[in-house]
Amino acid sequence: MQIDYQQVFSDGIWRQNTGLVVLLGLCPLLAVTNTVINGLGLGLATILTLVFTNLTVSLTRGLVRPEIRIPAYVLIIASVVTVIELLMQAWLYDLYRVLGIFIPLIVTNCAILGRAEAFASRNAPLPSVADGLATGLGFCLALVALGAFREVIGHGTLMSQAGLLFGDLGASLQLSIIPDYPGFLLAMLPPGAFISLGLLIAAKSWLDTHRAAASPSAQQTKANTDCQNGNP
Amino acid sequence: MSFTHKSVFRSAASLALIAIMGTTLLAGVNRLTKARIAAQEKRVILNQLGQLISPDRYNNELQLDLFTFQDDLYFPQGQTVVTYRARLDDKAVAVVMKIAAVNGYNGKINLLVGINEDGTLCGVRVTSHKETPGLGDAIELEKDDWILGFFGRSLDNPPPAGWAVKRDGGEFDQFTGATITPRAVVDAVRLALEYFSAHKSFLFESAVNHAD
Repeated sequence: MQIDYQQVFSDGIWRQNTGLVVLLGLCPLLAVTNTVINGLGLGLATILTLVFTNLTVSLTRGLVRPEIRIPAYVLIIASVVTVIELLMQAWLYDLYRVLGIFIPLIVTNCAILGRAEAFASRNAPLPSVADGLATGLGFCLALVALGAFREVIGHGTLMSQAGLLFGDLGASLQLSIIPDYPGFLLAMLPPGAFISLGLLIAAKSWLDTHRAAASPSAQQTKANTDCQNGNP
Repeated sequence: MSFTHKSVFRSAASLALIAIMGTTLLAGVNRLTKARIAAQEKRVILNQLGQLISPDRYNNELQLDLFTFQDDLYFPQGQTVVTYRARLDDKAVAVVMKIAAVNGYNGKINLLVGINEDGTLCGVRVTSHKETPGLGDAIELEKDDWILGFFGRSLDNPPPAGWAVKRDGGEFDQFTGATITPRAVVDAVRLALEYFSAHKSFLFESAVNHAD
């Protein structure tokens, strides 16, 4: 089967974005996006997980019979996530302490099982890695966008606590977008996460509609059917 | 039927193979990262404890000299209290107790309470809590310096009647819109001091043990 990489990436990052279109993995998406750095940290961990689980699932697809595929995938995903958790504890301990329970919970992000089932189990290793990377990037972008939105509205800053991810170098990355900002609590609290996600999804739909209007109909209808089919 | 004995056996074997590969990988990574993770944990604990007891006051391995116990009378809801003992040339200097204030507005407020050998507080810090942001979170040092008000206090300073928030006739400030949170912290700190004064030698002399 010929793989269209451009298609893989445009699906993963934009048209079937896990966070904004397929709406999988909402629990970590809503819970950790207080700040850009938290979102980015979880996003990078998710990208790594997706790349390695897709690769492993693809490599073992001759070995895994259909009737045992779900336990096999869960084993693979749990192993990969635990490795990432251990590595984070060893090298990014402070970030690990902030993200806490959401790192092990990556296992339960059904987007990862979904990609293993829908793509990696049917494709060669290289396209599977590409798909994992694309899906992960899409999820990471959604996390960062939501984190940035909530951080600016809630605190008036961007990239605060960047030191958690980038060490001493990162400390200088913090930007004060709005000086003397009094803070807007709602954006930091769970309701703010839901409202922000809603706004983000609306913005994406609005963009898509405008692009579709500019270049006539076919694209938009195709995107819609893709969404429905892509939701496991 | 396609479910022959052979196919069941094959499935089980491939699942077992994946499990073995996963376990081997994890065991390997665990070996490689173990020392580093322990060092990171040590750094964080010493960093937290260092805010209460400055490193030049003791010369033992503070993060390893710990004693865990339970006492429902002082530390309710089945808490396991971890106590770190600071010593200078084997002489007792201070303890830091990890306790939780249980009467907060929303769940437990986890505290580090540092108590000098003479019964005065060398400080209190909040390590984690779920109090309302903007109201109850003034107990965090990053938000407010209220928590520093415990420094140097003891059971006689203020006298027993003063160990309460002002609304209850005590000496400690409450926050605008949040009385429950500081009340819970004041109560928990007072109980820790009372435990310390009643069980001081027990706390310092019990052999090192671990909760797990």
